[in-house]
Amino acid sequence: MASTQFPGTRGVGKAIYRVLSGIPTGALWFVVVIWSIPTFGLAVNSFRGRDDQRNSGWWTVFSDEGGTSLDNYETVLTASSTNSILESLANSFAIAIPATIIPIAIAAFAAYGFAWIDFKGREWAFIATVSLLAVPLQVALIPLLQLYSGGAHLTLPLMDKTLTLIPDFGLAGTTTAVWLTHTGFGLPFAIFLLHNYISGLPKDVFESARIDGADHFTIFWRIVLPLSVPVLAAFAIFQFLWTWNDFLIANTMIGAQRTEQPTTIAIANLAGDYGRNEHLLAAGAFVQAFFPLVVFFSLQRYFVRGLLAGSVKG
Amino acid sequence: MATVVLDKIDKIYPNGVQAIHGLDLEIADNEFLVLVGPSGCGKSTALRMIAGLEEISGGTLTIGDTVVNDVAPKDRDIAMVFQNYALYPHMTVGENIGFSLKLAKVSKSEMTERIRHAAEILELEEYLDRKPGQLSGGQRQRVAMGRAIVRQPSAFLMDEPLSNLDAKLRVQMRAEIARLQRDLAVTTVYVTHDQVEAMTMGDRVAVLKDGYLQQVDSPQNLYDHPANIFVAAFIGSPSMNIYESRLGALDDNGATLTLGSMDLHLPRSVFDENTELQARCGGPISAGIRPEDMEDASLKPDHPANQRFTSEVVLLESLGSEIMVHFNIDAKAAATGDPDAVEEVGTGEGSSCVARFNPRSGVRLGDTIEVAVDAARIHFFDHSTGAAL
Repeated sequence: MASTQFPGTRGVGKAIYRVLSGIPTGALWFVVVIWSIPTFGLAVNSFRGRDDQRNSGWWTVFSDEGGTSLDNYETVLTASSTNSILESLANSFAIAIPATIIPIAIAAFAAYGFAWIDFKGREWAFIATVSLLAVPLQVALIPLLQLYSGGAHLTLPLMDKTLTLIPDFGLAGTTTAVWLTHTGFGLPFAIFLLHNYISGLPKDVFESARIDGADHFTIFWRIVLPLSVPVLAAFAIFQFLWTWNDFLIANTMIGAQRTEQPTTIAIANLAGDYGRNEHLLAAGAFVQAFFPLVVFFSLQRYFVRGLLAGSVKG
Repeated sequence: MATVVLDKIDKIYPNGVQAIHGLDLEIADNEFLVLVGPSGCGKSTALRMIAGLEEISGGTLTIGDTVVNDVAPKDRDIAMVFQNYALYPHMTVGENIGFSLKLAKVSKSEMTERIRHAAEILELEEYLDRKPGQLSGGQRQRVAMGRAIVRQPSAFLMDEPLSNLDAKLRVQMRAEIARLQRDLAVTTVYVTHDQVEAMTMGDRVAVLKDGYLQQVDSPQNLYDHPANIFVAAFIGSPSMNIYESRLGALDDNGATLTLGSMDLHLPRSVFDENTELQARCGGPISAGIRPEDMEDASLKPDHPANQRFTSEVVLLESLGSEIMVHFNIDAKAAATGDPDAVEEVGTGEGSSCVARFNPRSGVRLGDTIEVAVDAARIHFFDHSTGAAL
């Protein structure tokens, strides 16, 4: 037979193939739309007044009157019933920036050490570090708060003597307490992710650098860091996003200390008693989400690449 | 400019595997020494111990006048070229070449001058501001060379620097590296698994197998007088044909060598002054014939009739300047101990034999032809130890 295709099945086969090949794309679009609708609805609602929000769904904005305005945003940005939202944004930055930079700095050193410095017990130390990922944040909250507000003391039995291991730094109710906690809990994942990437860098390059006269610090500073930019950026996005959006740790460590509250707490307070100002939440959420979106879109090309880091060499 | 001396060097890994057994090598000033051997023979390990990238488990290593066993790589005054170049991808070619100078805190003007000089030697001047990613394989290779040259070290160490290049470029770079080494007159240790590189580049070649040094000699001596059956089979392409055979009783005319069902007469001259070979007469022996020591008998009408055999041509490889002719011989091929040797597939009965014929020979596939063997040039090895006789 000259033709490689079987007569009769050609037309049907092609049609079936065309339908089947469209399924993945179709499914993806379906997921994208379904996942986007709530956010879109929230965005629309953030421009609608209190009564509109309570009486009708956001989709009615396309069919009948109601109307939209920037009133909600104006209220959110200027309201000072608690502290102003701008002040809380400043607090959020005071938490998220150190909570992003400090773990990266520590983890990069640690990851290099685990990957390329030969020392006794290296493997076990690495396993122990990574297994800390399994420690749930919640169990540590109260002990940490006690540490921040009272320091750590050890009373020797029988001697009636109390040693102060860590003095009371008076950290309770400060943003410092929050980013310290984020730093600690961010480190295992940071070390894990960075280690995967850094240990995948080609060995010859390190050996070549050693022969060229580089010590560990020079190799780290001049070779590892420049080559690790994608994974550092990827982790920076992660860490920034979840420290910026964190409510639990901030609420535990800062609580009612109004001048120190980040936006997540400030926005929760906006709703007021019994949810009187519930309609402001949508606008508040978008104010809160503005900076993470900026960070994400400016670094997103690293984000995708960095997540693939370690799976494919280089 | 220094001698490199390895004195009973051992390498034992923490898991107890011994990669190098008492390696003795003396590399003279300005010499180009090639370490060659099949994969896993320890040649790279030996080089890495000279570089200081692997610890030395036993013995002493001397570079110049200093014992450097415990000296850090950077203080050994050596430069290394790696198989995959190991360039710093985020630095320009100039920065790559100058990295070691920068770390050594060489003054800016001297650094620029030395980078320029190295780039000039390697014809890299126009690429100094490019990143390695924008260069071709051959150019990257040259940058790696530049990084070594710029340090003006007392020894170059090269770990299969050409194996990532395509065939044509490899031949070109082979000549270039050899020329460069001669011009710069720097002691060089060059590791390769490619015996052609070893033969063409080295002043001397050291053959390693399983961590043991087999032989060190000039390429020609290595080829003409291999110390044992492994070296004989490893050096030369196509390799020597080596078979288990029997040597008949010696008389005034010589002796008869029996390869399977085939007899070859060895003239008396072969045995003169070789008492060891004489002692083997009447017993088993391994006999090796280089492909070029066989010729189409029709081109050599004067060749003695008792130094010929007849076989059928099973494969022809015409290279223009010569023809590789493959036969089957019913003698058993001798084990050479080369782990990289290709298992013989599909040759059916007996063992394969390759001869290098003059292209004037008109042999065709399937012909049964007579092959003239230069009996005086047959190599003999002890049947059990493989040592040359």
